[in-house]
Amino acid sequence: MLFLLITWQALAVYLDSSTFPMPVLVAKVFWQACVTGQLPYHLGMTLLRLIVSFSIAMLFGCAMGIALGRNRKLDAFFDNWLVIFLNVPALVTIILCYVWFGLVESAAILAVVVNKLPNVIVTIREGTRALDQDLMDMARCYRLSKRKILLEIIWPQLHPFVMGATRSGLALIWKIILVVELLGRSNGMGYQLHLFFQMFDVASILAYTLAFVGVIQLIELLILKPLDQHALRWRR
Amino acid sequence: MSAIKIDILNKRFPGVGEATGHLVIENLNLTINPQEFVCLVGPSGCGKTTLLNIIAGLDTDFTGEISVGQVTKKSKIGVVFQNPRLLAWRTVRQNIELVQERFQNAELIDELLDVMQLTAFQNVYPERLSLGMSRRVALIRAFAVNPDLLLMDEPFVSLDAPTARQVRDLLLLLWKKRPHTVLFVTHDLREAIALADRLVFLSAAPMRFVSEIVVPIPRIERNNEQAIEEFRQQLMNEYPAIKQLI
Repeated sequence: MLFLLITWQALAVYLDSSTFPMPVLVAKVFWQACVTGQLPYHLGMTLLRLIVSFSIAMLFGCAMGIALGRNRKLDAFFDNWLVIFLNVPALVTIILCYVWFGLVESAAILAVVVNKLPNVIVTIREGTRALDQDLMDMARCYRLSKRKILLEIIWPQLHPFVMGATRSGLALIWKIILVVELLGRSNGMGYQLHLFFQMFDVASILAYTLAFVGVIQLIELLILKPLDQHALRWRR
Repeated sequence: MSAIKIDILNKRFPGVGEATGHLVIENLNLTINPQEFVCLVGPSGCGKTTLLNIIAGLDTDFTGEISVGQVTKKSKIGVVFQNPRLLAWRTVRQNIELVQERFQNAELIDELLDVMQLTAFQNVYPERLSLGMSRRVALIRAFAVNPDLLLMDEPFVSLDAPTARQVRDLLLLLWKKRPHTVLFVTHDLREAIALADRLVFLSAAPMRFVSEIVVPIPRIERNNEQAIEEFRQQLMNEYPAIKQLI
């Protein structure tokens, strides 16, 4: 970390360019953006969109993934669709959503969900296919209810896959959500970055990036890691 | 609970692609009386596990009929598989409680844990247990539903001899406390003689009924190795056909 800072500082002094600001300047801009409330507001908007679109994508993705993993006919039917949606460029879905539904919040959310959903479905489907049939037989012998089977037998086995979908999903959504904001919203990180780009304000861009990295670390540290530890407490 | 009648005309596994598949069970007629302890003895791979799956209701793809008396959906079946099949992410006690979904009975679990000497391990995750202990947990789980019918599929295979004997004794102890019908699959004749009221011999695939023999040794003498060995020899001499089965 310290090494990074020193290298950064040295490079900045050497280049002496307005497009490569010194760390001190970035820190100053960061502080100012925080004090004026600009950065928290835009970061908050982006986070809000992230939470909403992520929740929707995970919920439907898990449900559909389990369904496809357990039902071969359904899977055969949707398989081609999945491949198509997996590979449609994010930009296309974003533009289409805005064109068809207007420059509104729901179109923005929908665009993100459509981009994320196929990934979740595919990951959870693979997880469902890998379920232990022995345990399912055991559950059927003892006539466990559907609810118990889902909560006690299927879900714990899917946990690594859900966490995988969560991590790769967050990374993907961050990237897409900024483009969505850049193209059709008047707030959020994407919108701000676009603004800074037009003014060649590199210090602000870096300051926002810094905030970004911080939030991602916090999510990992405070939410994902504890979840992992709790779910895998039975491992030696 | 009334008797279990098994009447399977045939059961075949479908072939892959062009192959015709193969016959696993053919013309099997068996009646198991209430509270009887029956051991099914046959060579490995003869379809005993398939038979148990059919009786447990896991496999319905066969021609024939199974009547498990009046007990249908409400019946309580305990099953002990070849491998313990415990949920690794639940503790020993949670694993047992899981099958008591409709009838919590903590006292029964306490008692069973005590008998199986696992009380100290009830809050441990299964990964920390030895195989013998895991099998004991699987046994407790089967008894925890207070079963009318207990299906056991070579539950003591790959245990060392002393452990297997210990678990066998515990099984008999529990069975005497709460008599119920037991169908016990094994390919170990000594084990079968030590446990069963009646032995049913089955042939190699396709599985057919070969013969049945009531074990005359009184229950108190069942831990007498010599008596069991003598009876085994006697069986071998009287029924040469058995020799090829085990």
